Amino acid sequence: MTVTVPYDLAVARYEPVIGLETHVELGTLTKMFCGSPVTFGAEPNSAVCPVCLGLPGSLPVINKTAIEYTIRIGLALNCSIATWCRFARKNYFYPDMPKNFQISQYDEPLCTDGFLNIEVDGQEFTIGIERVHLEEDTGKSQHVGTTGRIHGADYSLVDYNRAGIPLVEIVTRPVPGTGALAPAVAKAYVSELRDLLRSLAVSDVRMEQGSLRCDVNTSIAPAGSGEWGTRTETKNVNSLRSVERAVRSEIERQAGVLDEGGRVIQETRHFHEETGKTTSGRSKEEAQDYRYFPEPDLVPVAPSREWVQEIRAALPELPAARRVRLQAEWGLSDLDMTALRNVDALDLVAETVAAGAAPDQARNWWLTELSRHANDTGAELADLAITAEDVAAVIALVAAGQLNNKLARQVVDGVLAGEGSPAEVVAARGLAVVTDTSVLSAAVDDAIAANPDIAAKIADGKVAAAGALVGAVMKATKGQADAASVRQLILERCAANLAAAWSPAGGTSRPLTTLRRILSDLSAVCRRTYVFPQSKRDLPAVESAKVAQFFTERYPDFGVPRRCRSPTVVTSGCKTQRRGRSPLE
Amino acid sequence: MAAADELTTMTAAEMAAAVAAGEVSAVELTRAHLDRIELTDVKVRAFLHVGAEPALAAARSVDERRAAGRPLGPLAGVPLALKDVFTTTDMPTTCGSKILAGWQPPYDATLTRRLRDAGVVILGKTNMDEFAMGSSTENSAFGPSRNPWDLNLVPGGSSGGSAAAVAAYQAPLAIGTDTGGSIRQPGAVCGIVGVKPTYGGSSRFGLVAFASSLDTPGPLTRTVLDAALLHEAISGHDPNDSTSLDAPVPPVVAAARNPDVAGLRVGVVAELSGDGYAPGVLTRFNETVELLETLGAKVTEVSCPHFTYALPAYYLIAPSECSSNLARFDAMRYGLRIGDDGVASAEEVMSLTRATGFGAEVKRRIMLGTYALSSGYYDAYYGKAQQVRTLIIRDFEAAFEQVDVLVSPTTPTTAFPIGERADDPMAMYLADLCTIPSDLAGNAAISVPCGLAPENGLPVGFQVMAPVLADDRLYRVAGAVEAALDARRGASFLAQARGLAGLDETAEAGR
Repeated sequence: MTVTVPYDLAVARYEPVIGLETHVELGTLTKMFCGSPVTFGAEPNSAVCPVCLGLPGSLPVINKTAIEYTIRIGLALNCSIATWCRFARKNYFYPDMPKNFQISQYDEPLCTDGFLNIEVDGQEFTIGIERVHLEEDTGKSQHVGTTGRIHGADYSLVDYNRAGIPLVEIVTRPVPGTGALAPAVAKAYVSELRDLLRSLAVSDVRMEQGSLRCDVNTSIAPAGSGEWGTRTETKNVNSLRSVERAVRSEIERQAGVLDEGGRVIQETRHFHEETGKTTSGRSKEEAQDYRYFPEPDLVPVAPSREWVQEIRAALPELPAARRVRLQAEWGLSDLDMTALRNVDALDLVAETVAAGAAPDQARNWWLTELSRHANDTGAELADLAITAEDVAAVIALVAAGQLNNKLARQVVDGVLAGEGSPAEVVAARGLAVVTDTSVLSAAVDDAIAANPDIAAKIADGKVAAAGALVGAVMKATKGQADAASVRQLILERCAANLAAAWSPAGGTSRPLTTLRRILSDLSAVCRRTYVFPQSKRDLPAVESAKVAQFFTERYPDFGVPRRCRSPTVVTSGCKTQRRGRSPLE
Repeated sequence: MAAADELTTMTAAEMAAAVAAGEVSAVELTRAHLDRIELTDVKVRAFLHVGAEPALAAARSVDERRAAGRPLGPLAGVPLALKDVFTTTDMPTTCGSKILAGWQPPYDATLTRRLRDAGVVILGKTNMDEFAMGSSTENSAFGPSRNPWDLNLVPGGSSGGSAAAVAAYQAPLAIGTDTGGSIRQPGAVCGIVGVKPTYGGSSRFGLVAFASSLDTPGPLTRTVLDAALLHEAISGHDPNDSTSLDAPVPPVVAAARNPDVAGLRVGVVAELSGDGYAPGVLTRFNETVELLETLGAKVTEVSCPHFTYALPAYYLIAPSECSSNLARFDAMRYGLRIGDDGVASAEEVMSLTRATGFGAEVKRRIMLGTYALSSGYYDAYYGKAQQVRTLIIRDFEAAFEQVDVLVSPTTPTTAFPIGERADDPMAMYLADLCTIPSDLAGNAAISVPCGLAPENGLPVGFQVMAPVLADDRLYRVAGAVEAALDARRGASFLAQARGLAGLDETAEAGR
């Protein structure tokens, strides 16, 4: 067994060249050559007909939508679209191939000669696209027995539901010059390609379900030699992370072979998720002869230039341009955008924003709470049982003050657990914040009355002590109050009490100083300017009643728990209390 | 001949008219033919499967339709023998192969469906060379059919069962398929009419493929008009067959009803004559050309230089396609399965099944085709053969600039004895020498009886070839020949068949 070379050493001595072949199952309604439905996860052999079962006498008919989708992909990848091309038969025997030949394209692909730009660590790479062609998928074999593999199986079952689903193969040119970034470039290419295909609405591009499958070619040659080595083709690479790991592990392995003076064998290798290593498959040097020849049951495909032009005109905004636009619209950082792409949440955030949420809020939810949940359950974000609309609804409830963050998380948990929409979860779990001001005011009054020592500390100017009262109110309301509002209420009540108790005859300026602190604290919380006389001189030397009157005149809401009169009062500069409630309520 | 023979000796057109007029019911007609089959097929062996029940049911529905006053098609109630290469939901489809023995298709071929829709009564499935590969039905896994003219002779092939059934009055109509001559050659040696329509003229959906770019379904009948009626019934675009033509069906019935060759330019193909042609075949062929001239046709000799290469090109293209088309017979989904002992691998079972299930000729062609398509040989064999095909198409195009139709003998010899060529594939392949060019070019061609070879008294076929989608011209010429010869003879062509008389005798026929 050859010893692998640590990656850094390998890429210091050897220059890798990579190439990728990507298979994409198209999301057409029906199969490539017949009217059977394209499905995933249906009862085995339920989505089949004489054609996709390859029954004697059956004949294929080309699915026009599949051709259109392929042209769409070709155009998005900057390819030339053939004016005339043919399907070919690729002949080999395998039980999951109903006809023992696959209808594919050989020397006359539908799209040729394009490119895709990608970025890794701020560095741009142009990946050449050699060809994009169309073929039919095979059925699926299931080997029953202890090994789960064909060798040692007791028997095998075949499901032909997948047989005949349109499959697009996208083949890159060899990509040299990536150096140590080769694995990252491979991953970035597949990721960009996946985003592109998704934006084209031609496939659901689920790697884990096999609707996007990658074969990764890797070769290495001594750095500076200017030569290319013998390549291997690694199959069974079914996640973005695996693409990166497969290239990396092949570079390490091939470096070991070359270091020992050995020769890399041109072969198919299989990638193993568990170990991150590849093992030898069948050798290409004794390659099968597929005996390609033009498919005589089909007529040539000759897409008119007008049709191609129509397809080109209808292309949607492509991912790279869209990302630039969204970043500008959302005002998010590069880091945020990268993070969103990494967890595949760009579309989800876009949908959440489209449903009315603020971009930063949408970003927060998907990147933190929901990403955590996805990680915990091993699911993709998009597969969670919560929609962008749900998330936007939760954000709106928080903004409206009907939920606090803690409650919002509970609502989201409820939605994820399948308990219904956010509104339904709020209702069913009774999660709305206490907005009944009389209840809150009473709780505040109770808390102050029950904690005279803390109230005294506040009156003495230790405004921070209000936190303990907040805790008491939250406890009294079982957490269903908005902590910030509660704090505000407490401070206002304390200020009002102070003002009511103030007497110029008292001779001390401490209550005034305290009031000033409270109000400056409130100003910070509410982002609303509370103007208070800065010195004794400004204060009319009057009785306490007059001070109270001063407050009520100057600050009509002050200390008077009630709903605001008009929204304008409320919204002016008070961000956390957008709707329906006065900061002084 | 028995009393029921009055019913079986009518032409299809007469039968349809009798049914429509209420002179005979479709059920009576069907019964008469089923009886005739029962009586004669012990000797002829035209059928692999007789579907008496479905046939009578189809006949009853025609009778009910008539009773209800609903319109009937021009062939409603007329019995037909279907080559066992078309799928049928009510009868097995075997293609003359052990590998498909007993296979019951879950769907009807488009052609089957069209026949049913036309009220045609399908009597059963006829014998054929395995997967249509052969010229004698000797390659059938179920034994050869016999030529009704002489039971020791082959009926031709691969549609030999269909041709024998029509010649033996077991059915007035039959469907065959022509890939290299498999309708016209058996038509010629059984003394009946056989037509290969323009490629794509009728659907291949449900026709088990031998060579996709060549296979063409067509009629085998006793008269030119019957052929035209059947031709029309099975023709027209089928969205399930990408290679089927989306063009109006040529006016074949009108042409057959009013055959007229006055002023028609007829080209005799220089290359399809000479060494290897039986003298009696050439005699009758030349007489027929003279006959056409007397009927007003302008006859010239035309050279098609690349026809010489048609046979070798065909034996690269057809096997190449068949090697791929027949790959699906692997024991995994349907048909024969050999060696599945719970230990053998799928690959071993495939291999054993194919080794057991396919006959020698099928294996020979699969190997030929596999070789011709192999990497490194493709250009020299399959690629070169396709170039020859293009040259043959150009020969036809050039010829059809000078003449309206081309003519030749259908096959170089008359019917040969069973066993004579069975071990000599090259000799067998030569039977299709004259028919192959039209298969490669995809144009229309017909074989019409033109007399008996003086040396053995066996029927000779006269081939007419017309451009793509000019199928009506075939019927003008063949109809004129038929009318002139019938008039001269004062009887139908088959009335001369000596062997026919003995078919319903219990004694073993023989020479």
